[in-house]
Amino acid sequence: MTDTLLEIDRLSVDYETARGDLKALREISFDVRKGEIVGIVGESGCGKSTLISSILRLTAPNTRFRQGAVRFKGQDLLQLPERKMRDLRGSDISIVFQDPMQTHNPVLSIGQQMLDIQHRSKASKAEKRARAAQMLGAVGIPDPEARLAQFPHEFSGGMRQRIAIAMALMSEPDLLIADEPTTALDATLEVQIIERLQELQQQFDCAILFISHHLGVIAELCDRVVVMYAGAVVESGEVREIFHDPKHPYTRRLIDCDPGHIKERARVLPTIPGEVPDLANLPGGCIFRDRCDQAMPRCAAEVPPLTQLKDGHHAACWLNHKEAAE
Amino acid sequence: MLLYAIRRFGLALLILIVAVTVMFLMIRAVPGDPVQIMLGPRATPELQARLTAELALDQPIWKQLLIFYGNLMQGDLGIDVFSGRSVTAIVFEQLPHTLALIFASIIWSALLGIGLGAYAAAHPNTLIDRIAAALSVSFVAAPAFVVALLSLLIFAVNLQWFPAIGAGEGFWGRLDHLVLPAFAIGLSWVGYIARLVRASMLEVMGESHIRTARAFGIHERRVVMVYALRIAILPVVTVIGVGMGFLLSSAVFAEIVFARPGLGKLVIDSITTRNYPIVMGSVLISTGLFVVSTALADLINAWLDPRARTAA
Repeated sequence: MTDTLLEIDRLSVDYETARGDLKALREISFDVRKGEIVGIVGESGCGKSTLISSILRLTAPNTRFRQGAVRFKGQDLLQLPERKMRDLRGSDISIVFQDPMQTHNPVLSIGQQMLDIQHRSKASKAEKRARAAQMLGAVGIPDPEARLAQFPHEFSGGMRQRIAIAMALMSEPDLLIADEPTTALDATLEVQIIERLQELQQQFDCAILFISHHLGVIAELCDRVVVMYAGAVVESGEVREIFHDPKHPYTRRLIDCDPGHIKERARVLPTIPGEVPDLANLPGGCIFRDRCDQAMPRCAAEVPPLTQLKDGHHAACWLNHKEAAE
Repeated sequence: MLLYAIRRFGLALLILIVAVTVMFLMIRAVPGDPVQIMLGPRATPELQARLTAELALDQPIWKQLLIFYGNLMQGDLGIDVFSGRSVTAIVFEQLPHTLALIFASIIWSALLGIGLGAYAAAHPNTLIDRIAAALSVSFVAAPAFVVALLSLLIFAVNLQWFPAIGAGEGFWGRLDHLVLPAFAIGLSWVGYIARLVRASMLEVMGESHIRTARAFGIHERRVVMVYALRIAILPVVTVIGVGMGFLLSSAVFAEIVFARPGLGKLVIDSITTRNYPIVMGSVLISTGLFVVSTALADLINAWLDPRARTAA
């Protein structure tokens, strides 16, 4: 396929720890096409952050890439020398991080930081400043010229996140990774940021890999969604498909637990009982087995493969296999 | 920034006034009549009365304090009991030697300490990091007077690389004489600053904004030297500011061991001879030096860190 921008192909990543290898990602596969918004959902600790840092190759020193590839425009990023990799960061692939209060350098002015990230541009300093001000204007920061001289602590959280988006989009990247960009913000700001992101995505025509645990935001924003659980993909497909006809019990429970989905006043909010399995000591069979109310003997024996059910809709659950009926 | 500077120096002045007042009262509270000490046991009552009046010791204490501050405003710290020279002149004669020693020590130890610490932090848990850690700890543990004596023995007496005593003449001569004392009192600071920078750097390097800088492909050298070091250096600046006070006391050792002129030697000599005006004058200047250096450290921090400017 020519329009595939990012292809994660059977990627497995471990963390070496004193307790043994922590299997953070296991045979993750999905792709992002040009100009598309793909959402990644999952609980904390499901490997979302490991996935992002693996794509950018900004991983902790104890990270081991065990198998698989991260292909960006057909090129395996895991095989790229560090110099080449650095050339991609912030130019072809940009990222907006989770916590806007910590994402900027506290002792350098916003203008200085926005100049610094244009280090590849041959434009003059004045041109770079103008470009920075223009980007701040584009994300709705009033009086951008004057505010370039200000420091991060002089902006509110919502503004800082918009600045982070402005910085990420400044180089007109092909892929923008948004790592829970609205989690640290309150609900009204969340809507603002999402709308701004949608507008800018159309304007700049970049693909977005949007990581969130907020299903409402994913449904609103994304074309396709990848559901992760304990370091593996359990389901992926079109947003409409996943939300209306989830094929994995975990996805179903996740949708049931979403506060936006609960219609009646409930004394106790629904939860998924049980805990995420220990990644250093994974049980055999299906990883969701212990928390699944439809578990069968087969789930303990064999790992369900991620199989295509309909066009583009994949799930890893034995319930979708015909022989499960018996 | 200017407003901050004005406020900070206002505070420094206030601290200085309080410190000097307390010091003045403490010296007056010491038992024994200074006039008797100065003139000795065989002085006539007339002579004692004259000197008492001259030193304004017959006045109530608050008036003495006012007279003291009045003289201080005019740069008059009193008269040396023995030579009859102005204390101000004597102190300012010695001050440059001590200042040169302190600045030389601070500069070499800060440069080496920051370099060592930043390098160790950039390569944590490597062999070089371990060696730097072992060196740092032994540097910190070595008392200044021991280092002074040993370096005197090794580099001046045995190897004869550097002069052993005195302050030297001319620029190069002075510099030559500065090497060993500055080495002796700066060494423990190298270790201390290196440990501090390493810990501070490791903390900053783990912060999210460093990941952001890297995610934008900013060169690792710039990430470490600008994005991280500028923040990691802040506690070091404060510590150096306060450390000037400790260096002043280390300078006393160095000045005695290397027989260098300077404030420390002056104070020791004056204390043994009960030369109170000189003790008072030297301590006053040292206090001023300490207050000014901490204020300067705060100003440098405010310049480096915009958050500190608005916080004050």
